Amino acid sequence: MSSSAVTLPRRVSPRIWDTIAISGRIPLRVYLAATVIAFFLASAIAPQLLQSHSAFKMDLRATLQPPSFSHLFGTDQAGRDTYSRIVSGARQSLSIGLGATALSMTVALFLGVAAGLGGRLVDGAISRFLDVLFAFPMLFLALLFVTVFGPSVTTQIIAVGLGTAPGYARMIRGQVLSARGAGYVEAAVALGHPFPKIVRRHILPNALHPLVVMMTLGVGQAVVWASGLAFLGLGAAPPSPEWGALLDAGRDYITRAWWLEVMPGVAIVAFALSVTVVGHHLQDRLEGRIDA
Amino acid sequence: MSMTLAARIRALPFGGASRHVAWFLRRAIGGAAVLWAVTTFTFVVQSLMPGDRALLIINMAAGNITNPSQAEIDAVNAKYGFADPIAVQYLNYLWRLLHGDFGVSYQLHRPVIEIVGAQILPTIVLAFSALLTAWFIAIVMTVVLAGRANPWARFASGLQIVMATMPPYWIGTILLVTFAVFLRIFPVEGKNSLIGLVLPTVALAIPLAGFIGLVIQQEFVRVLEQPFVTSSRARGMGDFGVRLRHVLRHAVLPGVTLSGWAVGSLFSGAVLVESVFARQGIGGILVGATSARDVPLVTGIVVISAGIYVLANVLVDRAYLIIDPRIKLA
Repeated sequence: MSSSAVTLPRRVSPRIWDTIAISGRIPLRVYLAATVIAFFLASAIAPQLLQSHSAFKMDLRATLQPPSFSHLFGTDQAGRDTYSRIVSGARQSLSIGLGATALSMTVALFLGVAAGLGGRLVDGAISRFLDVLFAFPMLFLALLFVTVFGPSVTTQIIAVGLGTAPGYARMIRGQVLSARGAGYVEAAVALGHPFPKIVRRHILPNALHPLVVMMTLGVGQAVVWASGLAFLGLGAAPPSPEWGALLDAGRDYITRAWWLEVMPGVAIVAFALSVTVVGHHLQDRLEGRIDA
Repeated sequence: MSMTLAARIRALPFGGASRHVAWFLRRAIGGAAVLWAVTTFTFVVQSLMPGDRALLIINMAAGNITNPSQAEIDAVNAKYGFADPIAVQYLNYLWRLLHGDFGVSYQLHRPVIEIVGAQILPTIVLAFSALLTAWFIAIVMTVVLAGRANPWARFASGLQIVMATMPPYWIGTILLVTFAVFLRIFPVEGKNSLIGLVLPTVALAIPLAGFIGLVIQQEFVRVLEQPFVTSSRARGMGDFGVRLRHVLRHAVLPGVTLSGWAVGSLFSGAVLVESVFARQGIGGILVGATSARDVPLVTGIVVISAGIYVLANVLVDRAYLIIDPRIKLA
């Protein structure tokens, strides 16, 4: 028999960006969230453009000033401007968040795809391994890593990345399994396409479709968890304006200078919330729940 | 009312007792396997610790950086078994764990199990009261508002997303600043009094309430469209009664599963919240042990909390049988 008479269209699976690019009504909250994210990204790339003061310059005549027009978010015990410190801390906080998410997604992708494609034995072994990782409270696992390797930004990334990986791995495994059982895969097998090609062209593009959303939501959660570690004094070292470290540094002054504790938290929550809003919006679009 | 006591006991839903025993045994074996893997994993991670651990222990005891002789180092190595081959260390570790011996803290020189035992109760109380509070908030929001076509319902589901995103340590900080610093209502340093439990509980419950609310609300809306809901309404049952008695029972199931998984995040959150409120509990020792690099104490706490997680999930599976009698023992 000559080469197959029936050929599948070159690409059955949708391209992620094609789906998102469909024009449609974008709710106001998504614009707001995107603005917040853009602000923090700009802070991370070029903090000097958005700062009102230096993040590190001390001013002992203006210590513990409450929020005012000259110091938008007040000043700390050394007279440093809190707003400027938050802006300059964005780079480290976002890098840790992105780094942890990248690590977590890489591990999850490897385990999830292997479990989804590897057959019963591999799937069983990986699923049991994930069950075990699930039994560790995330923060406790992170603290175990910090104990063994010492507190540092690298440990913070590894701890948060590995701590969040099992959840994503489980989701990816489920996606791969359901794509594998789908009708179009059965059709491709029936047409005699080689398995690696089916995996590459049909299973993976469909299974990894929700990954964009997962990663978006994941960055927000990673920033929250990483800041939590730093808040306990087990992340970036004190002079750093990383958001969690700012929270940790402000604790001693909570009765006298509430803004030192509240404002960095506002940054963390604003970022995490914006990322969540955008993530959910992307999810709605990808699943076609919003009519264009 | 004329049934004898024996007949009543027989009528209790424990018909096939042997099936339950078999189920329990299977779960116990599965749980033990997970715990074995947990201990093995922690053993592997802690054995990767860089640097000379004997030196670390000596410095910790001395409180500063010392320059001990080789004999002193050898003595510590012998005492903690660091000189043994790794396989021997591993088997010794497992053997001691089987006897409930989690080792001795490098820093406090007391058995880990004793330290944890003295501090774990306030943490469990906090986690449990937060779980109950979260369920209460989620159920009230869902029963009153889910699936309604009014602006409040849309506001509620938006609020749940916001709640689920907020880190408990920041909610705790806001509550602490508001109530203790501005209003001076609650004690700033929450001791373990009942009133000192309120703010930490709320801080820990809010994100979880958001998560549970989102999950059960989705299921609630789906169940509202089922035929038995229409038939209940047709029988003249009030709207609130239908929601509370029929729909909620179905909708809580995914939330129950989530609660089992949430045990881990409750513990994580509890550590952070305890730190915010300077509350007594496992958080303080865990953070102290981590920064001092007290390996036995940290691994002990990690293994014990994993054990609680495994136990909680067995209980969740039992709760399933009670809530949904259609589910059979598998």
